[in-house]
Amino acid sequence: MEHYTMNLTLKVWRQKNSQEKGRFETYQVKNISSEMSFLEMFDVLNEELIREGKEPIAFDHDCREGICGMCSMYINGKPHGPWHANTTCQLHMRAYKDGDTIVVEPWRANAFPVVKDLVVDRSSFDRIIQAGGYISVNTGNAVDANAIPIEKDKADNAFAAAACIGCGACVAACKNSSAMLFLSAKVSHLALLPQGGPERKGRVLNMVAQMDREGFGACTNTGACEAVCPKEISITNIARLNAEYIGAGLVVE
Amino acid sequence: MQWSEFFTSSVGKKFVMGLTGLFLISFLVIHVGINATIFADLVDPDENGAMFNKAAHFMGSTVLIRILEIGLFAGIILHIVQGYMLEAKNRSARSVGYAVNLGNRGSKWYSRAMGLLGTIILLFLIIHMAHFWVKARITHTLAPVTYNGVEMHDMFSEMKAVFSEGWVIAVYLLGCISLGYHLAHGFQSAFRTVGVHNNKYNSLLVNLGYGFSILVSLLFALMPVAMYFGWVG
Amino acid sequence: MLNSKIPAGPLDQKWTEFKGHCKLVNPANKRKLEVIVVGTGLAGASAAASLGELGYKVKAFCFQDSPRRAHSIAAQGGINAAKNYQNDGDSVFRLFYDTIKGGDYRAREANVHRLAEVSVNIIDQCVAQGVPFAREYGGLLSNRSFGGTQVQRTFYAAGQTGQQLLIGAYQALERQIALGNVAMYNRHEMLDVVKIDGKARGIIVRNLVNGKLERHFGHAVLLCSGGYGNVFYLSTNAMGSNVTAAWKAHRKGAYFGNPCFTQIHPTCIPVSGDHQSKLTLMSESLRNDGRIWVPKKQNDTRRPNEIPEEERDYYLERRYPAFGNLVPRDVASRAAKERCDAGYGVGSSRQAVYLDYADAIQRYGKAEVNKRNIQGATADQITQLGKDVVKEKYGNLFDMYEKITGENPYEVPMRIYPAVHYTMGGLWVDYELMTSVPGLYALGEANFSDHGANRLGASALMQGLADGYFVIPYTIGNYLADEIRTPAIPTDHPAFVEAEKEVADRINQLMSIKGSQTVESFHKRLGKIMWDKCGMARSEEGLKQAIEEIRQLKKEFWSDVRIPGSVTEMNPELDKANRVADFIELGELMCIDALNRRESCGGHFREESQTEEGEALRDDANFSYVAAWEYAGEHNWNLHKEELNFDVAKPTQRSYK
Repeated sequence: MEHYTMNLTLKVWRQKNSQEKGRFETYQVKNISSEMSFLEMFDVLNEELIREGKEPIAFDHDCREGICGMCSMYINGKPHGPWHANTTCQLHMRAYKDGDTIVVEPWRANAFPVVKDLVVDRSSFDRIIQAGGYISVNTGNAVDANAIPIEKDKADNAFAAAACIGCGACVAACKNSSAMLFLSAKVSHLALLPQGGPERKGRVLNMVAQMDREGFGACTNTGACEAVCPKEISITNIARLNAEYIGAGLVVE
Repeated sequence: MQWSEFFTSSVGKKFVMGLTGLFLISFLVIHVGINATIFADLVDPDENGAMFNKAAHFMGSTVLIRILEIGLFAGIILHIVQGYMLEAKNRSARSVGYAVNLGNRGSKWYSRAMGLLGTIILLFLIIHMAHFWVKARITHTLAPVTYNGVEMHDMFSEMKAVFSEGWVIAVYLLGCISLGYHLAHGFQSAFRTVGVHNNKYNSLLVNLGYGFSILVSLLFALMPVAMYFGWVG
Repeated sequence: MLNSKIPAGPLDQKWTEFKGHCKLVNPANKRKLEVIVVGTGLAGASAAASLGELGYKVKAFCFQDSPRRAHSIAAQGGINAAKNYQNDGDSVFRLFYDTIKGGDYRAREANVHRLAEVSVNIIDQCVAQGVPFAREYGGLLSNRSFGGTQVQRTFYAAGQTGQQLLIGAYQALERQIALGNVAMYNRHEMLDVVKIDGKARGIIVRNLVNGKLERHFGHAVLLCSGGYGNVFYLSTNAMGSNVTAAWKAHRKGAYFGNPCFTQIHPTCIPVSGDHQSKLTLMSESLRNDGRIWVPKKQNDTRRPNEIPEEERDYYLERRYPAFGNLVPRDVASRAAKERCDAGYGVGSSRQAVYLDYADAIQRYGKAEVNKRNIQGATADQITQLGKDVVKEKYGNLFDMYEKITGENPYEVPMRIYPAVHYTMGGLWVDYELMTSVPGLYALGEANFSDHGANRLGASALMQGLADGYFVIPYTIGNYLADEIRTPAIPTDHPAFVEAEKEVADRINQLMSIKGSQTVESFHKRLGKIMWDKCGMARSEEGLKQAIEEIRQLKKEFWSDVRIPGSVTEMNPELDKANRVADFIELGELMCIDALNRRESCGGHFREESQTEEGEALRDDANFSYVAAWEYAGEHNWNLHKEELNFDVAKPTQRSYK
């Protein structure tokens, strides 16, 4: 792999806090190595801004290995940038070439209000989980782990759905700002497992109700969520959620 | 759970969209099937729309079908009203938009343009109904024709008259293209929305949906074109 | 005097004995007792959820935007449990013994045995919560071997075990939040412990969104704030992982146990340049099939595929024929460093070794050919089949490697190098997980207790969940039973006022320096001192230098750091400055501890104490103790020793030859 350096123009959304209006600022960054990660390029820019006596850009990030779900940049029109099945923190600068202009925006959705610059508030996701995204088993109640064999296909599908990292890219990409991929991943994970059986109906009804209260849009099956999901969560989960919801909604009294 | 809660939830609303969509798809099958009888003319030049006129008469004079027609209107109106309400709600979920959009990198343009396509189809529908349905069902201003002693509207001649003008052909083609794209997304999406989540069936339905939308929109489009160019009638 | 409060009686009866006789709190009283939990990783989330279920009033805090982000989520490989589902001879005793031995006889027997005992309950609990562990076709749970153990006791969920376990605990926590038993405070960072009459009674936190300081009361405070690997700047920890909560507790009287015990993980992606902000781990499971080698020639600049087989040195297989590539982490890491230091390193930095899958691909390819009964398979066909098998087993790790390096590991051997991964040291706790401050507990990686001088693979997840789900619910009752007459203390109590003022003063002091150097640059310098002099190999001379350099760095930090922005807003640089200031102080203590421990054990390697073959040489006669450090003012610590008694697992020299 040949390494190179590049100079770039960045247009970044700056917003002091949730009340004030934001705007784009343009920055030039120089001598960026193709081996850097995208966030390391931001680190370089921030160090530069601090030295110049300016405010660094606030952005969410933590594990920087694509699993915590905290990083959240909308890069040149795509959540987490150009690579497939990838998070912003895993994006590396070899995706760009000298002279490129990169526009970086926060996730946009009313249910994800901007906190500062590129940082948004995703606590609506937590509240959706609170509405039923769990199995009610107090510590100490469990039977032996192998007491219930689970069909491997179902276990594998449940795992694939459970791989969701709750980053919110699906909402950011969706033209309706719908949280259905996130929601359906959790509903599918728990509905596919026998342990999730007893609460299956109430769970899906309550979680959808919470999603609606949070102000997310409805799903129109465009597939944008699936296309940008860093964990490749399938929109088949949304269809499963629909079946779960309709099945429950038509019978629960 | 109350019915009202079910039907006002985002998934419930979409369920109504999906169900009415599927109902309208079934209507399209009948509509395109009956209209296709105009092509009987190609086989028998003396036919002159007899089969089509009889079929149209049957649809207009059978009580059960007239009752179903009310259901059809209810379905269309529900689909339209619900569609606009959803579109409005979905748009309002993002007050500040993006400077750069995802565009076609994540979805097909027509999947994102269902509201626009639906609006074009609605406008087309108004023109289309003014052309035929109003004259046949309300004002009864169509010329009569008699087959085996039964007098009925000569819908076939009316079609020929309507489809003699270029701008009408253009409007109908636009309507058919919009319908084709609307179906290309709507067909498979409706099944997902009502909960079909077996991947084997989903991929089948996707392909079936593409085939269906091409076939239906092509057949519909061929009718005004064939009449305009005098291939039929 | 340190009292570890280990129950009397035979080792395998201690926990049962404790549970049978510890004090209980009745349900009506639990509702009146408030518990603060700091951190929401495996230990924190499981503790907060379990205590909420019991009926305590819990407040949980995390600095991330959601409790689900805690760094436990990044654990890849698996979680150990003595289930013996594979019928391969595993037992509670074996898990206990392996953990003690793996920790190089520097862990407390009673704690480790309890850990092994409750390991089985953890798996049951997680499965009941819906954690999607890997399963066999028959529908039962799958196991793999891990980190050089001889039994298959590791449960896993592809390469995302930590994520799945954390999401399970997070969901249990969210359920308690919904029920109103737990109040959750996201984007809040703990900046001090409040002590009243010698007991921990609350914390001061900073709301990271608006910068406001808040006071929170609790009858007990649980620190579940993880490890301090970021003292090295570059580590596999998350960017936000920090020692601040534990360090504040330390400064308020909690002893720090074995701070120098850090784990350097052998299979990480090497540093690519000065811009590097963190390091990424490649699961240890890769060593099950990959072969590690360097060229036999020094400073060999050929591409790996151009180096013929006979010119490759499979140094682990050569040095440790019995365990080969599967030696424990500390051994594998040191061996890699030894080769690189001797000039055999690879890659542009020369600070890397190869982890090669070519042999595994061929082996699996041939096995597939046999399995599928393919006649006359071509070499390409075999290779392709082998790659398919490797992809199925390790695909997500290979993808991760390719994303970071841009190299295809199916074609070119991966470059790996050791990186700081875990800290065995932490706040000293007794058997009940209480620190030396009454009412202040430490759980999970934040405490020192179970891994001795080296942690075995797949044991961190086990410990975090053991502490949170199955230990603290019992042991905290033993303390809180005597607190039922203590009403909630209003937060205008002078102790709260004073603690908040201390925090505010420190923040204002930091902001007023207005120097010229960034926080990040100080952190990098600290990391370099630590890595060079208190990393994989430590010497008396180096440590003494390091202590001086750190003291110098501290002075410079407090006189020349530049923090932009203001106090009353979201200010990540200020948050970072608070953390780095504590890391600097911790770094000094780590070096002092490393200097004090004139022996090599586990991850702690003193150059003065090695065998003729260069292996770690323990000194049981003089150092079979836990070093618990008491803070005694700037640059001063008092050492308390907790003698370690091995009644069951008799110390022997670890040998992996």
